[in-house]
Amino acid sequence: MISTSLDFVENSLGRRVPTLANGKAQVPFRGVGALEPVGRKHGPPIRSCKNYPASGDKRVPDLKTALERCGLRDGMVISSHHHLRNGDRVALMALQTAAEMGVKDLMWFPSASFPCQSPVIDLMDNGVVHHIEGSMNGPLGAYCSEGHMRGLGVLRSHGGRWQAIQDGEVKIDIAVIAAPTADAFGNADGSHGPSACGSLGFALADSIYAEHVIVVTDNLVPFPCVPWQIQGNNVDYVVEVDSIGDPSKIVSGTTQLTKSPDRLLTAEYVARFMRDVGIMRDGFSFQAGAGGIALAFVGFLKEMMREAGVKARFVRGGSSQYLVDLLKDGLTDYILDGQTFDLAGVESIGSDPRHVATSPFTSYNFHGKGNFAGIVDAVVLGATEVDLSFNANVVTHSDGMLLHGIGGWQNCLASGCTILALPSFRDRIPVIVDEVTTVTGPGELVDVVVCERGIAINPRRQDLLDAVKGTDLPIRSIEDIRSEVESLVGTPAKARVTDEPVAIIKWVDGSVIDTVWKVAQ
Amino acid sequence: MTNQTEANGRANVNRSEAGRRGDGVRSDVFVSVERTERGGLSLDVTSRAEALYGESIRKDVTEVVNAFGLGDATVTVEDQGALPFVLAARVETALRRLGLEGDGRPARHPRTYPRTERDRLRRSRLYLPGNEPKFMINAALHAPDAVILDLEDSVHPLEKDAARIVVRNALRCLDFRGCERMVRINQHEAGLLDLDAVIPESPDLILIPKAQTVDDVRQVVERIREIQRGTEQPEPIWIMPILESALGIENAFDIARASENVVALTIGLEDYTADLGVRKTFEGDESLYARMRLVNASVAAGLQAIDSVFGNVGDMDALRAWATRSKGMGFEGMGCIHPRQIRPIHESFAPSEAEIEKSLTIVAAFELAQARGLSVVSLGSKMIDPPVVIRAQRLVETARRAGLISDESDIPKNAADS
Repeated sequence: MISTSLDFVENSLGRRVPTLANGKAQVPFRGVGALEPVGRKHGPPIRSCKNYPASGDKRVPDLKTALERCGLRDGMVISSHHHLRNGDRVALMALQTAAEMGVKDLMWFPSASFPCQSPVIDLMDNGVVHHIEGSMNGPLGAYCSEGHMRGLGVLRSHGGRWQAIQDGEVKIDIAVIAAPTADAFGNADGSHGPSACGSLGFALADSIYAEHVIVVTDNLVPFPCVPWQIQGNNVDYVVEVDSIGDPSKIVSGTTQLTKSPDRLLTAEYVARFMRDVGIMRDGFSFQAGAGGIALAFVGFLKEMMREAGVKARFVRGGSSQYLVDLLKDGLTDYILDGQTFDLAGVESIGSDPRHVATSPFTSYNFHGKGNFAGIVDAVVLGATEVDLSFNANVVTHSDGMLLHGIGGWQNCLASGCTILALPSFRDRIPVIVDEVTTVTGPGELVDVVVCERGIAINPRRQDLLDAVKGTDLPIRSIEDIRSEVESLVGTPAKARVTDEPVAIIKWVDGSVIDTVWKVAQ
Repeated sequence: MTNQTEANGRANVNRSEAGRRGDGVRSDVFVSVERTERGGLSLDVTSRAEALYGESIRKDVTEVVNAFGLGDATVTVEDQGALPFVLAARVETALRRLGLEGDGRPARHPRTYPRTERDRLRRSRLYLPGNEPKFMINAALHAPDAVILDLEDSVHPLEKDAARIVVRNALRCLDFRGCERMVRINQHEAGLLDLDAVIPESPDLILIPKAQTVDDVRQVVERIREIQRGTEQPEPIWIMPILESALGIENAFDIARASENVVALTIGLEDYTADLGVRKTFEGDESLYARMRLVNASVAAGLQAIDSVFGNVGDMDALRAWATRSKGMGFEGMGCIHPRQIRPIHESFAPSEAEIEKSLTIVAAFELAQARGLSVVSLGSKMIDPPVVIRAQRLVETARRAGLISDESDIPKNAADS
C-alpha cells in the first residue's frame, strides 16, 4: 500500500505531510508567497489543422469512438468539470465507457465531484479507476477516508488545479467537457441550452492543456456557437448525446435564503462590519457564496448600500438571484462570475453583458501575472472549523472524514478582507476550536471570524481593530468565544485517525499544506 | 411517544423512553431504558458527535443512571448532538418515568448578572417552548428584554414532566446574558409542580396563565414562599398574571394588587377572543375594551401593562403597526414568538428622537424652575403643567433604560432659557 514507503516532513504550520504522493515528489508548504516557481509551463503537443476535417465537422458517433480515437489506455488521466453539479451525467458516462472498453488504473481528475458520481466507487473497486485527484464528499469521501482508494487523494483549489495543469504536475490525457451548447467544430458554451449551467470556466484549462479534448453536448447548434467560452480550435472530437445532465439538479431553481435566526443574526453582523469599518463605500467590491450566511449577508448589505447611497464596482459570484438583483437595481456595475448557482444567474449571464463569465485563470491563478482575487475588497466564506490561530478547515469533518472540496475557497483568501461567517458550533460540534482537524487555509490570510456570538478580528489586522473602535459591533477575542462555546458543548476529544494518509491538501502554489489521515474504525 | 406516556407517572414499569428521535431532530437525544433480570448496566450509545463526545456521553449517562440507582438495565441513547444539559434532562426523564427518584441536576453555570428589578424594561419577551431545548441555547443572543421558558401551551400535555426537567436544567446551565428569565407555568395543580421544579433555580419572574381571580395569584405566591422558606434571604420572584378571559379582565385591578410581587399585567388575546366567542382580527377592535381596561388597571396599581404576542412572524410591517398602536394605548411591551420580531418591537416601543428631545427640554426647564424656587415651569412663553412634566420625566427614564440617552450631557444646555 501507499503509506508504507512514504516519508513525512513537518511544514511551516507544523503539519506532517508526505514528501511523495502517487509517485510524484511533493513540496511542503513553507508559508504564503514563499514558493518561487521556476521553469516553463507545460505545453500540449503541437497539432495541425491539416489533420482535422476541413469541413470543421468533428463529430463522431459516440463517446466510445471518441475515447478510442484519443487512444485511451491503462493508467491515463481523464478530466471533467463540475458546472452541471449534482445533475452531471457526462463524467460518469466517460468513466463507465472506459470500463466497457476494458481499461484499468485511470486517474479521474474532476474539478469537483458530487454524490451523483458515487458509482465511481464501483469503478475503483474493480480497478478501472485507480484514484481521484479532486474533491471527494459523501460516499466518495467516506470511501477515501476509510482508506479504500489505491492512490492518495489530492485536493486542490480551483486556482490550484489550474496551477497543477500548467506545472505539468497533472498531465491530462483526455478532457471530457460537458457542454450545454456546442457546434460541430467544438466551440462550446454553458449559458444556453436545455442543460444550461452558466459559465464553463472550470473546463477552460483542460481544453487548453489536455492532450485530447472531447466536447459532449445535448444541444448542437450550427456553427458558430456564440458565445464560445471553449474554443473549437482546442477540441478534437464532438459527441452528441440525448442528455448531458438533469437540469433540475444542475441549478437549484432558487437559492434558498437561510431562515435560521442565528444565521441571520450572523449575516447581519457581517454586513454591519463591512459598513462600519468602511469596506462598504462607493466603488467597492465583494464576493458572496451560494447559500447560508455567505449569501444572507447580501440582503442586509443591500439595504445598507441603499441607505448610504453607495454602489459596488463589481461583485464576484457564484451568482444567484441575490447578486442578479444587485445588478438589476443598479447597486453594482458588474458581476464577475465563476459559477452560476440558480436559474436567475443562468438567465442573467446569458442575456446581460454586465454579467461576465470568468475562469480560475483570470481570478485565481498562482501562475498568472496577477489575479483579481486580491482586488476584491471583502469576501465572505464558510468553514467547518477555524482555530485560535485563525487557521481554517473546509475539507474534513471534525471526526476526520472528508466532507467537502476546496473550491475557490483558498483562492479567495487573497482578498482585502477575508471574513469567515459561521456558527460557533453545529449541534454539539464546535466550529471554533483550539486546533483545526485539517488546515486548508493558513490563519495569516483569515482576517475576521463572525459568528452568532460575536466578531473576532485576527490580531494581525491592527487596522481593522482600530476601525471598529467606537462602533457598537460585538467585537470579542477568538479565545473568548472559544471558551464560551466549550462551556456549552464540553471539551471535545481529538478525532480518532490513524497515521496512514489517504489524501493531501494542496496550497494554491502546489505545496502541501496538510494531510488527511485514514479514520480509525 | 405512546410507550412513554403509558409509563409516565406509573411506578414499577419495566421500560420507558424520553426525548426525540426521527428525521430532522437536531441538538436533542432519544433515551430508552429497559430493566433486565441480570447483567448490570448495559449502555448502547450512538451519536452524531461520537468521535468528539462519545466517551463524555457515556460518562454523563452513567452518572445520572447511578444517581437514580437503576440496577440491571439496558440504556439506549440515540444522540443528535444534544448539549450536556439536554442529555441529562432526557436521561432523568426516562428514569423518572420508570418510577425512580434521584438527583440528576447538572452542575450550575455561575450566574454573572444581578436579579432583575421590579420596573425594568419589558418591551419584548421571547417565548421558548419548554420541551425544545435547541431554541433555548442561543435565544439570549437576539437580546430580547426577557425569555419565557414555557411549560404551558407550547408543551404537549404528555410531555409536561419532560419539559419541567429541560427548563430546570436550562435555568441551571444556560447563560441568558442578563435577559430576564421568565417561566410560564401551567394552571392549577400542574402549575404548582412546575414551581417545585423551577423555583430553586431562581427564575426572575413567573407568568401565571389564565389568571381570573386574586386567588389564582395568591396560590402561586404562597407556593413560591413555601419553596423558598428555609433558603437564606429569599429574593422576590416577580409575578406577571396573564389575563385571558372576560372574568380575568373584569378582575384586572384586584389581580394587579393581589401581591406586592406582581410587576405587570399582560393579556392573552387568543384565549380572550375565544372566551368572547369572537374572531381575533388584526385591527383588534374586539379586544379594545379589554386591553384599555388592562392598561388602566395596571397604571392604577403602579404596574406595567404588557400586550399580547403578534402571531404572524412573516409580516414585519404589520408587527410594527400593531406595536405602534399598542404603545399608543399605553402598553410598554409585547410578546414575541420569533427572534426576528424583537428589533421591530424594541424600535416601536422606544420613544422617538423628537419625543426624547422634547422631554429632555421639559425636564431641564422643570429642574431650572426648582433651582430658582419657582412654582411655575415655563418653556419660552408657554407654561408647562405638572402632568406634562411627570410624563416627560417618565419618558426620559424609559429612554435612559433603553440606552437611548447615554448621560446627563445629552440634556440641552440652557434649554429653559432658549
